[in-house]
Amino acid sequence: MKSIKELEEIRKRTLDTINIRKERTGTRVVVGMATCGIAAGARPVLLTVMDEVKKNNLSDVAVTQTGCIGMCRLEPIVEVYRPNEEKVTYVKVTPSKALRIVNEHIMQGKVVDEYTIGSED
Amino acid sequence: MKELSLHILDLVQNSISAGATLTEIVIKEDLAADWLTIEINDNGHGMDKELLAKVKDPFVTSRTSRKVGLGIPLMLAACQRCDGDLTISSEVNVGTNLTAVFKHSHIDRVPIGSMAETLISLILCSTYTDFLYKHIIINKKSSLSEFCFDTREVKKLLGSEVPLTEPDILNWIKDYIAEGLSNLGGGI
Ligand SMILES: Nc1ncnc2c1ncn2[C@@H]1O[C@H](COP(=O)(O)OP(=O)(O)O)[C@@H](O)[C@H]1O
Ligand SMILES: [Mg+2]
Repeated sequence: MKSIKELEEIRKRTLDTINIRKERTGTRVVVGMATCGIAAGARPVLLTVMDEVKKNNLSDVAVTQTGCIGMCRLEPIVEVYRPNEEKVTYVKVTPSKALRIVNEHIMQGKVVDEYTIGSED
Repeated sequence: MKELSLHILDLVQNSISAGATLTEIVIKEDLAADWLTIEINDNGHGMDKELLAKVKDPFVTSRTSRKVGLGIPLMLAACQRCDGDLTISSEVNVGTNLTAVFKHSHIDRVPIGSMAETLISLILCSTYTDFLYKHIIINKKSSLSEFCFDTREVKKLLGSEVPLTEPDILNWIKDYIAEGLSNLGGGI
């Protein structure tokens, strides 16, 4: 059974990393989580982004959600904001597409063009 | 939606948007009476009578009036498909109570799905709202068991420096809920 004691250990461990954490570079990943997004599969996309960000120790990346972006047909939608760059909007995102977005765009700065709005089939 | 937990994720977003500081999610599986009840109670800003009267109807939206969305009508349709119903009561500046009922064994009832994933998704995106999640099972012999998860308790343990949204904490919460539910033998 997951114990409260375990939570206390995680707390201590996390506290150390928070204290040594460098300031956020300001990259934000925003997942559309309105009715249309959720119905289209936004929850696994959000959690995949969260897991991948954690796995790669990208502690300077913020993962958040937003409501309806107004393009229900193209959900799940993920927006990536990087400092000094224009916002990139990815559409019809799946967990496997989300992995590439984190690995290529967020980690290496290479936009995954084929998933961006306007390139979808 | 493919899971009731996805409806819940969607409907609790309404509570968060309404500025709730506490949202209670209660799932009751009464196997003796064959009912599944989902309650969402919040202390958000509520709805006036006029809005309340039309939130269940997706067709009342006119171009000039306020846009009324699809989340509530979708849940209502899911309930009605399963011999159940959806009732909503609300009071301005007090809060909203939403109760969805399904026949538990109905063939068209979608599974509850992952409440663990729904809760961590909610936590990840709403730092200001606390969540109290109760899952009650009444078995065929009418004996009751309950699982309870309260973000306020976790916050108390973590103190002010470590937010719930830390990935390691979220993962712990996810496993804690999944394990608690599987010990309960419900959540289907
Ligand atoms: N818990 C709540 N508290 C206050 N207002 C609510 C609540 N739930 C629903 N509403 C109101 O009802 C409207 C319709 O809700 P919903 O069907 O989920 O569609 P949407 O969220 O897309 O607008 C919301 O926009 C909101 O004005
Ligand atoms: Mg809604």
